[in-house]
Amino acid sequence: MTVATLKTVTPMVELAQLLIYGVVLGSIIALGAIGVSLTFGVLRFANFAHGDYMTVGAYLVLPFYAVLQLPMFAAVLIAIAGTALMAVTIDRLLFERLRQAGPLVLLISSFGVGLMLRSVVQMVWGPRTLVYESGIDLPLRLGALRIKPDHLTIIGGALLLVLTVHLLLTRTRIGKAMRAMSDSPELARVSGINTAQVILFTWVAGAALAATAGFFLALDTTLLPGMGWFFLLPVFAAAILGGIGRPYGAIIGGYVIGITAEFSTLFISAAYKPAVAFAIMVAILILRPTGILRGN
Amino acid sequence: MELLLGTGNYLVFFLTIVSVYALLALGLNVQWGYTGILNIGIAAFFAVGAYTSALLTAPATAQPPGLGLPVAVGMLAAMPIAGILALGIGLITLNLRSDYLAIASIGIAEIVRLFLKNEEWLTNGVRGMAGIPRPFAGVEVFGWNAGGALYLGLGAIIVATVFIALQILYRAPWGRALRAIRDREVAAEAMGKNVLWFRLQSFVLGSAVMGLAGAVYAHFVGFISPEAFAPLFATFIVWVMLIAGGSGSNLGAIVGALAIWAVWSVTELLGRIPEEPIAGFGALRVFLIGLLLQVILLLRPQGIIPEPRE
Repeated sequence: MTVATLKTVTPMVELAQLLIYGVVLGSIIALGAIGVSLTFGVLRFANFAHGDYMTVGAYLVLPFYAVLQLPMFAAVLIAIAGTALMAVTIDRLLFERLRQAGPLVLLISSFGVGLMLRSVVQMVWGPRTLVYESGIDLPLRLGALRIKPDHLTIIGGALLLVLTVHLLLTRTRIGKAMRAMSDSPELARVSGINTAQVILFTWVAGAALAATAGFFLALDTTLLPGMGWFFLLPVFAAAILGGIGRPYGAIIGGYVIGITAEFSTLFISAAYKPAVAFAIMVAILILRPTGILRGN
Repeated sequence: MELLLGTGNYLVFFLTIVSVYALLALGLNVQWGYTGILNIGIAAFFAVGAYTSALLTAPATAQPPGLGLPVAVGMLAAMPIAGILALGIGLITLNLRSDYLAIASIGIAEIVRLFLKNEEWLTNGVRGMAGIPRPFAGVEVFGWNAGGALYLGLGAIIVATVFIALQILYRAPWGRALRAIRDREVAAEAMGKNVLWFRLQSFVLGSAVMGLAGAVYAHFVGFISPEAFAPLFATFIVWVMLIAGGSGSNLGAIVGALAIWAVWSVTELLGRIPEEPIAGFGALRVFLIGLLLQVILLLRPQGIIPEPRE
């Protein structure tokens, strides 16, 4: 590194670089938050195991990619299917039976489910940090900016998924039924919507988004049994910021929190970056408890 | 004789930990059992209580230096400090829906954890605080080291005092108002009860008891670090204890603490039988404790000692 190249890192470039990191982090948070918001809207309970669904999704990529040597894309699709199957099974075994006990009992149960999933991951893959592949992800140069290919994958992948969710909610029958149930469960039931089917589909969609978010998070950082649990706070903060039960709000919330968290490192110690999500959440709870898009 | 003493010492150790957990479960019972407040950040109040008492009582020569005050002062101060933390978070979230508080309480626990890890000038960071005074340590009765047993006695007295105080509050009009808010919030409000104010009192009181638990823990082990307040041991197990014992019942909270800590300790001893440590055995125990919670929620949601019906 010569003096000449160092000089090119102007404050503007530094800010643009932070913005890229913020958008990457925001993409991952947004995908997680859409899932939380969907399950909350339709099922009316805050699923505290959602972070661990992300973890399971991320780890499920490993055997198919690193061991069976399948292409990354195929391995991710299998992991998505596996996570969705798991989410539906957990609902059938547990949450469905507890639904009449109320949303708070469901929350406690899901807190326990998350812990159980974390221990399973630890039993299967061990407590240590893992990566999909070792080696350096050489950054692409865009003028003075440096962008890692993985970051492009994450940003592009998230945009594609957000678009898919949008089309699903607005153009398909099941998506419209989901929105109807989220707005008014009673009205949806009397108007002949098959609620069991909507619930099933909500879990599949939420878990698929969680698995992808977990995969992106592991791609950006590393695999760790606690990775999803530590991500639960920013994910919920984004969902609340956007208005809980409002998937579009969750997307906005995700990017706001991701970008703010990265820019906060200019002012406060990076050690407190995880606290930024919380600070934003507290601010929105005081100023506008229903979130940006008036959640339910 | 050796074996008997060893067993006795283990039992004293076991019961002292149970006392700490009993206090945590009693504190949670005031919040969840009495009022229906979901606190998933027990670790935060537990840790704040432990560090408060440690900083007030550790000698000035310790690293980081303490104030050298008597242990009783530390224990008494742990309660209001944990209570103030609860007051701040409660004012923001208690008039919102219960699940928002649950999420906010995770945030508080996370921030407390980051603070303890990073503010080395105050807490010595990840290296933790050593040299916290341990009352009765080294006291001998007829040549037998009675320090542990005496401290257990103190712990038992504290648990009994808190238990009696909470029983009185449960039967008092105050407790009835809390249960009314828990079961029929709208009706309670219509009766003129200030729901937010009652909720705040319950949340602060429960958190103060958790802070006291932290102080009792700190002076028992003499060394604390952020590790000791990980969500598994400091939050999750307490929830399992209260639900297993019986939400709403103070006696249930104590019985739950005893029962679940017995299960946890027995499974740990089982893991020591084979010569080679079994890989992933710790994770398996965590999985089983999670499974136990689900089974209780499905089959016996009222717990071992259900809340008395009026």
